[in-house]
Amino acid sequence: MQHQYEVIIVGAGGAGLMAALYASRGARTAVLSKLYPVRSHTGTAQGGVGAALGSEEEDRPEWHTFDTVKGSDYLGDQDTIEFMCEQAVPVVYELEHMGLPFNRTPEGRIAQRPFGGHTNNETGKNVRRACYAADRTGHMILQTLYQQCIKNNITFFDEFQVLDLLITDGVCCGVVAYELATGELHTFHAKSVIIAIGGWGRVWEITSNAHSYTGDGVGITLRRGIPAEDMEFYQFHPTGIYKLGILITEGVRGEGGVLLNSENARFMETYAPTAKDLASRDVVSRAMYLEMRDGRGIDGKRYLNLDVRPDTVNKYAQKDGRTFPDGSPYRLSAADVMAKLPDIIDFCRTYMDVDPVTQPMPVQPTAHYAMGGIPTDVHGRVLIDEKNTVMPGLYAAGECACVSVHGANRLGTNSLLDLIVFGKESGVRAAEFANQNGFVALPDDPVDFTRQQLDALRNGSGKEKAADLRQEMQKVMFDHVGVFRTQDGMREAVDKVRELKERFQEVRVDDQGYLYNTDILEAWEVGCLLDIAEVTAVSALERTESRGAHAREDYPKRDDKKWLKHTLAFLKKDEVELRYKPVTITKFQPKARVY
Amino acid sequence: MKVKLRILRYDPEKDKRPHFENYVVEGQPNDQVLDLLNQVKWYQDGTLAYRRSCAHGICGSDAMRINGVNRLACKVLVKDVGRKIKIEPLLGMPVVKDLIVDMEPFFEHYRSVMPYFVNDDPPPQRERLQSIVERERFDDTTKCILCAACTTSCPSFWASGEYIGPAAFVQAHRFIFDSRDRAAAERLVVLNERMGVWRCHDIFNCTEACPREIEITKAIGELKMAVAKGRID
Repeated sequence: MQHQYEVIIVGAGGAGLMAALYASRGARTAVLSKLYPVRSHTGTAQGGVGAALGSEEEDRPEWHTFDTVKGSDYLGDQDTIEFMCEQAVPVVYELEHMGLPFNRTPEGRIAQRPFGGHTNNETGKNVRRACYAADRTGHMILQTLYQQCIKNNITFFDEFQVLDLLITDGVCCGVVAYELATGELHTFHAKSVIIAIGGWGRVWEITSNAHSYTGDGVGITLRRGIPAEDMEFYQFHPTGIYKLGILITEGVRGEGGVLLNSENARFMETYAPTAKDLASRDVVSRAMYLEMRDGRGIDGKRYLNLDVRPDTVNKYAQKDGRTFPDGSPYRLSAADVMAKLPDIIDFCRTYMDVDPVTQPMPVQPTAHYAMGGIPTDVHGRVLIDEKNTVMPGLYAAGECACVSVHGANRLGTNSLLDLIVFGKESGVRAAEFANQNGFVALPDDPVDFTRQQLDALRNGSGKEKAADLRQEMQKVMFDHVGVFRTQDGMREAVDKVRELKERFQEVRVDDQGYLYNTDILEAWEVGCLLDIAEVTAVSALERTESRGAHAREDYPKRDDKKWLKHTLAFLKKDEVELRYKPVTITKFQPKARVY
Repeated sequence: MKVKLRILRYDPEKDKRPHFENYVVEGQPNDQVLDLLNQVKWYQDGTLAYRRSCAHGICGSDAMRINGVNRLACKVLVKDVGRKIKIEPLLGMPVVKDLIVDMEPFFEHYRSVMPYFVNDDPPPQRERLQSIVERERFDDTTKCILCAACTTSCPSFWASGEYIGPAAFVQAHRFIFDSRDRAAAERLVVLNERMGVWRCHDIFNCTEACPREIEITKAIGELKMAVAKGRID
C-alpha cells in the first residue's frame, strides 16, 4: 500500500513527538512507530532535563555550555552545544506550559537537583540544573508530548516498523514500513523524513536499554550509504542494577548518595577530588571498573554499593560541607528518599529484594547511551560526508542523531534536552523544506530491497538462530568494546562480529506467517545490531587515544594533535571505510579535563 | 530449576480456536516471567507472539494474565508465582495473536476523556506557578503507564466494552485535579455519562492489578465526588 505525506517522522519518543508537534503546524505530517508511542524508551529516563533556569540558585546557559563542552572531552561541536544550552531555558518552560508536572520549589517554581558534571563555573561546585519530576522525568515528558499530539490530532501509524529509507538521485523521498498487524509492506512517499528511532544499547550484554532499542534507523541509513559519526563513543552509565543493567538514576547521587567499595570506602574521592560521586559518567564508570579490577568489588564480585541511606548521605554531606540553597546544612530523610526516588525504590524492591532506604544497592556500569549516530547539523539536516554535504529532505534527531552535542561523553540530563531541542528544530525545518519543495519521484519497486531482506530471513538454511548470534555479539562487545578497551580485544570483537554477520545469512525464522510476526522483525533487528556493532568496533579500534567514553589501556591519554576530530564510518560490502572531519571549536580551547 | 509454562496460543492464520500449549524452561527464582517467554521464543518456538520493550515495568507493553491475575510479565518474578505458570492474554479485548490483544478500543476510551492539558490563557514568560501541595494533589495518577492491566481486570469492563474504564479515569483525574488545567468541567460531563464513573462498583480489582501501585479506586472515588458536587475540592 502506498501513502503520501509531506513530512514522515520515524519514531515516537521524545524527539519524534516534539518533531511531530512542530512539523504538523506547517505540513501534512504522519508519525510511524514500531511501538505504541507511550511505550517509547524516553519514558524510562529518570533524573531530569538540564536547563539553566536558576530556580534554586544562580545559573547561566553559558555555564551549561562550558560544562557540556568539558563533559564531551572537547569532541562536541561548540556551536551546536551553545545553541542547545540557550534553547534549554525556553523549551523547558514550553514543556511546563504543555502541562508537564515538574516537582516544585517552595515558591512554586520548577524544582532542580544537582547532576554529574553540571557546575557553577565560578565556584566549581555542583549546581542545581536538572529540572525533574520525581525520578520519572522521561515518563512525564513522553506522556505530556503524546497528550499534546492527541490534542492536536497528529496522525499516527502505530506498530509500523520502518525497514528502509527511499532515496532518488540523492534526495530522500520516503520510507518503507512493515505493518506488524498484517505483515504488509507500506511505502510512505514524503518530501521530508525525520529519523528519531533512539539508540542501540542491545548491542551490549548488560544494558539499561529496552529490548526494542536496536538502532534500526542507523542500520537503515548505513545500508543506504549514509555514514555514522563517532560510533566508538558509547556511554556506560555507572549505576545499573547488578546483572540486570536496569538504570538507577544519577539523581540518587544528586540527592547525596555515594558509591562505596568492599572496604566501605567512598572511592570517588580519590578519582575526582572535587566532584567526587558527581563527576561525569565516563569518569565514574572507569573508577568503578578499576576498583573492581583491583579486588574491591563487594564480596569479590563485579559490583559496588550505591548507598542513599539517610545516615550515609548525611555523614558525607556534613564532611563535604554541603548546604541547601539557603545556606543551612544539607539533610536527607527517609521520607525525602521515598518522595524523590519512588521508582528507584520500587525497582530495587521488585528485582533485588533490596530496600534503598535501609540497604545499599548493588550496581555495575551498564550500556546506556549512544553519543554517536547519524551525522546532522544544528537544524537536524543529515550530513552525508566529511564536507558536510546535506542530503535534501532527510533529518535526524534525538539519540540516533549525532549533532554533535555530546562529543565523547554525554552529561546526565542532556539527553532529554537534546530530544526536545533538536526534535523541535528538525520538525520546524522539515516542514519548511516540505513547503519549499515538491515531491520527488519514488524509485521503481520501492519495497524491493526490504522484500529481499525479509525473504532471506524466511528462506535461510536454518542452521543459525538469530538469538544465538545476538547473544554472542552482546558478550564480545561488552567484554572488549566496553568501559576499557585494548587493541587485541577490539580486534577480536571486529573479527567475531564479522563471523556473526556471515552466520546471519543462515538464519531462518520459525514464524512463516504474516500476522504479528515478531519473529521476523526481531531477526531483522539482529541484522541491524550486527552492522552497528561492526561499525562501532572498527571506529574504536582505529582511534588510538583515550577520550571520554572511549578509554584504551594501551593509549591512556587524549591526543588532541591527532584525534581532535569526528569519525565518519561508511558501511561497505566487506569492510568499514573511515573518514574524519574537524570539530567545531568556538570559545573553549581544549584543556585537561579534571573533576 | 525447571519451570512449566502453560500458554494460551491462538494464531488466526492456523488455528480455529485458542488452545493451551506447554513448555518447560530453565528458570531462576529471580527471573522475570518475561525472561521465560523470551526463552521460549528465542530457543523453542519463534512463533510465540507477545509485546515487550523496556523489561523493567515502565513502558507498559507486556501486561497479561499470569496465573489468573493481570501483571506485567517483566515485573513478576518466578519466585512470586511458582514453578507452574499459566499465561493468557488480557481479558475483555479482542485477541489478535497469542498474547497480543487489539489495544485500539483501550486507546479510544483514553482519548474520550480529553487526556491532555488545557489552559488557553496566554502562558507567562516563565513557568506557571504551582505550589508543592497543588502538585502533590494529582501526583499518584501521573504514574500511569497505560498498560491496561486495570481496565481489563474490571468486571464492569468485562460486562461492557463501552465502559470508559479505570485507566481512562486515572488520566481524567490527573488533569481534573491539576490546579493549572481549565477543562475539568468538560471532563466531568464525560465521566457522568452512562458508561462513566457510575459503572464503577468499588471492586478494587483495578487497584490490585496496577503495576504502578496507583490507588485507582480512590481516584475514581474522588472523581465521583467531583461529578456529584459539580466542583473540585
